[in-house]
Amino acid sequence: MGAREDILAAVRGALKDSPYPTPEVERNYRMEGTDAPGSEPVIADMIEKLEDYNAVVVRTNEAGIEDVIADFLKGLNSVVVPHGLKDSWKEAAGRDGRTVREDSREANLTHKELDETDAVVTASRVAISLSGTIILDGEPDQGRRAITLVPDTHVVVLRASDVYPTVPQAVRILSENPTRPTTWIAGPSATADIELVRVAGVHGPRNLRVVIVD
Amino acid sequence: MSTFLGIPKVLSKITGAPATKAEPGVRGTHHQWVNGDPIPENTLRWGASFPEGAEVTLKNTQMRKNLGYATTTIRNKRNARVEEMPDWQDLRNAASQIKSSTMSRLPELLVQMEENVKAHGGIVHWARDAKEANEIIYSILQEKQVTEVVKVKSMVTQEINMNEYLAERGIDAFETDLAELIVQLGKDMPSHIVVPAIHRNRAEIKEIFEREMEDAPEHLEADPRALAMAARAHLRAKFLKAKVAISGSNMMVADTGALSVYESEGNGRMCLTLPETLISVVGIEKMVPSYEDIEVFSQLLPRSATGERMNPYTSFWTGVTPGDGPQEFHLILLDNGRSKTLANAVGREALNCIRCGACMNVCPVYEHVGGHAYNSVYPGPIGAILTPQLLDGRDHHDPVHTLPYASTLCGACGDACPVKIDIPGILVHLRHEITERNRGGIPSGWDIGMKVSSKVMGNGKLWGTAEKAAKLGRIVAGKDERISNVPWPVSAWTRNKDIPAPPARSFRDWLADEEKAGHEPTKAKATPAKPAGAHAAKKEEN
Repeated sequence: MGAREDILAAVRGALKDSPYPTPEVERNYRMEGTDAPGSEPVIADMIEKLEDYNAVVVRTNEAGIEDVIADFLKGLNSVVVPHGLKDSWKEAAGRDGRTVREDSREANLTHKELDETDAVVTASRVAISLSGTIILDGEPDQGRRAITLVPDTHVVVLRASDVYPTVPQAVRILSENPTRPTTWIAGPSATADIELVRVAGVHGPRNLRVVIVD
Repeated sequence: MSTFLGIPKVLSKITGAPATKAEPGVRGTHHQWVNGDPIPENTLRWGASFPEGAEVTLKNTQMRKNLGYATTTIRNKRNARVEEMPDWQDLRNAASQIKSSTMSRLPELLVQMEENVKAHGGIVHWARDAKEANEIIYSILQEKQVTEVVKVKSMVTQEINMNEYLAERGIDAFETDLAELIVQLGKDMPSHIVVPAIHRNRAEIKEIFEREMEDAPEHLEADPRALAMAARAHLRAKFLKAKVAISGSNMMVADTGALSVYESEGNGRMCLTLPETLISVVGIEKMVPSYEDIEVFSQLLPRSATGERMNPYTSFWTGVTPGDGPQEFHLILLDNGRSKTLANAVGREALNCIRCGACMNVCPVYEHVGGHAYNSVYPGPIGAILTPQLLDGRDHHDPVHTLPYASTLCGACGDACPVKIDIPGILVHLRHEITERNRGGIPSGWDIGMKVSSKVMGNGKLWGTAEKAAKLGRIVAGKDERISNVPWPVSAWTRNKDIPAPPARSFRDWLADEEKAGHEPTKAKATPAKPAGAHAAKKEEN
């Protein structure tokens, strides 16, 4: 017998002699928060949690997005954008003479090119205020996983209506496309491996800048 | 014949026989692995028994200081993050039920997982043991013609001793998690499953980096930030050029085929995203049935492990995604003793473990002896129940049989466990199995002690005499009222712990006095156990 059959037989045998109880899973935990997604208390909570992670947050309306993006990128020379990003956001990324490099699944930038790029601008799928988590699922406005990883600054645009109070609410939305490559960010990158002292920024982007759009 | 109480040493002196049978590859030259020794062949069983290991580590005061500081910090953080969750117990209940239900359906879920990974372009392998898993990994690396791989911190690759296996065949596996890097460069062994370098402080880490990291910056400061940045610079080049990466997984989702890695630094994302080929080795128990279940574990794991609301990065992937990330994905499903563990109707609950390390951080035994004393990659309370089961180590000749005794049974580990594993209950169950398995032969000092005490305790007269005799203990104990060094066989106990001095008056004496004085103690409002209490009761009645 091959390893597969052997292992399956061993596991079946282990359960046959003394079956494991199969309890009904009681999901009595909080499914939804008391406040509506995107409501004032939820956004306030989201900002508080993000700032606790040393992320920089600016709130704006639809008309102000481009200016905030450009502000966040001040002083940087180059930026990568996923090809599906809104054109006006791409334009904002390129203000002040910054080089803009487009990336897509069909036309990848090389690792080296990404390493030589200062920042990245993306949209996001959904967010969770309970834990200050922003989730990307690799769609054309969020890009390949590598582009939000290698450059040192990540500017992410988050719509207030996509901010949910609880984890189950966000998971319900993600479960519509559960096989997409998905990245949950409660960052920026950090470590606590030395004497449990939190150090922001190890291998991933050291700066997380969030635009929350009402 | 060895027991936790250290009896075998004495017995071996008497019988002239070695306390434990020497097995090649099992016992090293030391009682316990120490820095500088070659990495043990078997990472689940490094060498000596727990009491022998503890004897060595207890002398390392620097380690104990580092560890005490770290566990206190992490405990406080965890408590604060758990307190802000009003539904914590509901989440624990759900997690426990999800894992039970996973185990009851494990064969079908494994097949479902396999099908889903394959449907998304992944390749699935099955490995009965560590050797088989390593062989599969090595054959993939040979095919890719690489001599270097980057890897994500993973307990299962520690368990199969993958780095050593590959190193012997000319392949360098670079640890990219900061703590694992510290351990690897320091030619050290991990001592905690979440924070492997928890036993090291910043000065020691600076020294390791300066000595072992070829591109360490000059005038490196002993500062966590400076050290982390040195690691960033050191590893970046490796990430960018790596062709193959190796990871474990925190959780596989059977109904979609998704795998996950929960991490902090971004080194995980680097490994999971940049190389052309990704190999994930995962224990068959690391499964949940449905995508929905990740909402439970994503709330429990980070708060339990590092006391954070959420770890900075979590990645989910299913097979391969054209144009994004590795274009070749291998999943290796590893048994390595897990099906054996599953067959134990009580102890199998240990397989529900999500490797958060919360039990270690609250364990008074772990806090004092450190992870190395357990002589296994799985230390602490969970290691004490997992290691002997994975290895089927119940025999007195096997050093791992001492692990279920490495506990005060205080219960803190069970309370902290986010999936509600009854660790104390399983410890007791395994102790029972070990006793049953080793009946017969020359009785140990412990066996004799138990026999004698049951005789004495079962006979009123004898007990009365014993109580009187016990008073002598007050003289032995001296001013500090602790008995610490007495001859065999009691030394079996006092070698490891002090005995408090017996009370000046026994309960029987007190009762007799009360009766003489005409009280009716059986009707006393509060039954006092101590003479001090008796005075208080008297006062009340007067």
